[in-house]
Amino acid sequence: MPLSAATRQKIDKAIAKYPAGRQQSAVMAALTIAQTEHGWLSSETLREVAEYLNMPPVAVYEVASFYSMYHLKPMGRYVLTLCTNLPCALQGSDVAARYLQETLKIGWKETTPDGMFTLLQGECMGACQEAPVLLANHQRMCCKMTPPQIDALLVQLRAEASQEERHE
Amino acid sequence: MRTFLDFGSDAVLLAGLTGDNWRLKDYVARGGYEALKKILNEHIAPEEVLAEIKLSALRGRGGAGFPTGMKWSFMPPNAPEKYVVCNADEGEPGTFKDRDILRFNPHAVIEGMIIAAYVMGCARGYNYIHGEIWEVYERCEEALDEARAAGFIGSHIMGSGFSFELFNHHGFGAYICGEETALLESLEGKKGQSRYKPPFPANVGLYGKPTTVNNVETLACVPLIVKNGGQWFQNLGQPNAGGTKIFSVSGDVERPGNYELRLGTPFATLLEMAGGVRGGRRLKAVIPGGSSSPVLPAAIMMETHLDYNSIAKAGSMLGSGAVIVMDETRCMVRCLQRLSEFYHEESCGQCTPCREGTGWLARIMHRIEHGEGRPGDIEMLDRIAHDIMGRTICAMGDAAALPVRSFIKHFHDEFEYHIKHRRCQVADHV
Repeated sequence: MPLSAATRQKIDKAIAKYPAGRQQSAVMAALTIAQTEHGWLSSETLREVAEYLNMPPVAVYEVASFYSMYHLKPMGRYVLTLCTNLPCALQGSDVAARYLQETLKIGWKETTPDGMFTLLQGECMGACQEAPVLLANHQRMCCKMTPPQIDALLVQLRAEASQEERHE
Repeated sequence: MRTFLDFGSDAVLLAGLTGDNWRLKDYVARGGYEALKKILNEHIAPEEVLAEIKLSALRGRGGAGFPTGMKWSFMPPNAPEKYVVCNADEGEPGTFKDRDILRFNPHAVIEGMIIAAYVMGCARGYNYIHGEIWEVYERCEEALDEARAAGFIGSHIMGSGFSFELFNHHGFGAYICGEETALLESLEGKKGQSRYKPPFPANVGLYGKPTTVNNVETLACVPLIVKNGGQWFQNLGQPNAGGTKIFSVSGDVERPGNYELRLGTPFATLLEMAGGVRGGRRLKAVIPGGSSSPVLPAAIMMETHLDYNSIAKAGSMLGSGAVIVMDETRCMVRCLQRLSEFYHEESCGQCTPCREGTGWLARIMHRIEHGEGRPGDIEMLDRIAHDIMGRTICAMGDAAALPVRSFIKHFHDEFEYHIKHRRCQVADHV
């Protein structure tokens, strides 16, 4: 899928942050923008980004495969990343992990059959005072994720998804 | 919910912040941008500002504790292209102070960066923000727009001859990018893998140009120092380490959160501010400076004051000021296993001792935790950790090794018990 005009516009804005000729610095932003649009990064998208930034495709792949929040495979509509590092573990992330897996009936790195949720184990998100911390689609930070909070989030995300579908 | 905005009565960096008053007008009402105005209106020379920073005895708040004034003075004065970079890639487990500074007081960091740029002669700066805090990145973008619109960023700031451009850069999930040279690689659009030092960034940094990388909290201190004087700041702390320090308290306490204290405050005071150990249980162990710093048993920690020298004397590090508290019910094997998995996951793979060593550590910890430990495993953990230390390009190798050596040193019995009896010595509920 080629990069849309809106995506190119956003990437241009990112490129403008760096000195002339240093557009490679915008590769992380470009990949983030593309992933937000498509949900994951296909080889085709990586090639498009490479071409747009005048980089060798392998250099773009190196970046996309290095940082943990880029996905090189299709994911669920909502990627839920739960921090399981020590501070979160001391404040209830084990309970949250079990509850998420039982409720969604999937394990880590798995996607629900309806394609709605993918569950990932994450590392420290730098918000340990509000543990357990969960990140939805890498952008929405959800704090103090007790089972009732998790229930509320899942309901909310499902509602958002059906609202978006009605608009489409 | 406002409880986590009680930062303590010593607070100067976080004083008066409510969570809602982060905008430029609020910052100005608190006396913000006065330091910058003073410098530019009174034509204070960069060397004079630098002298105040040195007098303040400000030390880097990212973990290494290097004197900030000295770091700035390493920048070559006459280089045509220089950069100042803010390290907001806060990923050290247990550390969450920079997120609060950035979301509650972003302009303090912006003003600090402008002043840093003025002192070092940088025309451009970047704030590299931790990937997981997208909402904070968006707030920083808004704050930058405000500062630009008010004329604090751009060409000929406030009619002076000084021009400075500043941008936010959003990371995307790599612990290693908190290491300054890996951060610079990442900022150049590459994998975040550390560079050899020397050359140091002050000579060869971003795009090969002289660059200084400072932590968020460090930069947020700068306007206060300029406004109130280096001596004032130094008096808040100790002769070799001025100012307050934000401690991020997490784990088994009643009120996890950020607490800003004068350097040298007893640990017992901090624990009390955080509401004490959760559920009235007994303190067992504390990691005082982020997950990479050696763990200390309760008895040592309760006698320790929170400053660079005291914690070093106790056998650990002040580090980033992330205090992870563990109560009497915690299994130290399980706690270390978590950390070992983390370092294995986050090793960038560049240096063999770290790439392979963290895997070995994680696998041995996994088998001990799961009742499959073997005689000799503790010695092997120690040897692997020893063999990683000092043999990698960046400090992450040591960061992975230090917790291991301290856990097995202070809680040797618990590890032995786990191997022999194939279960926890304590009623673990991690």
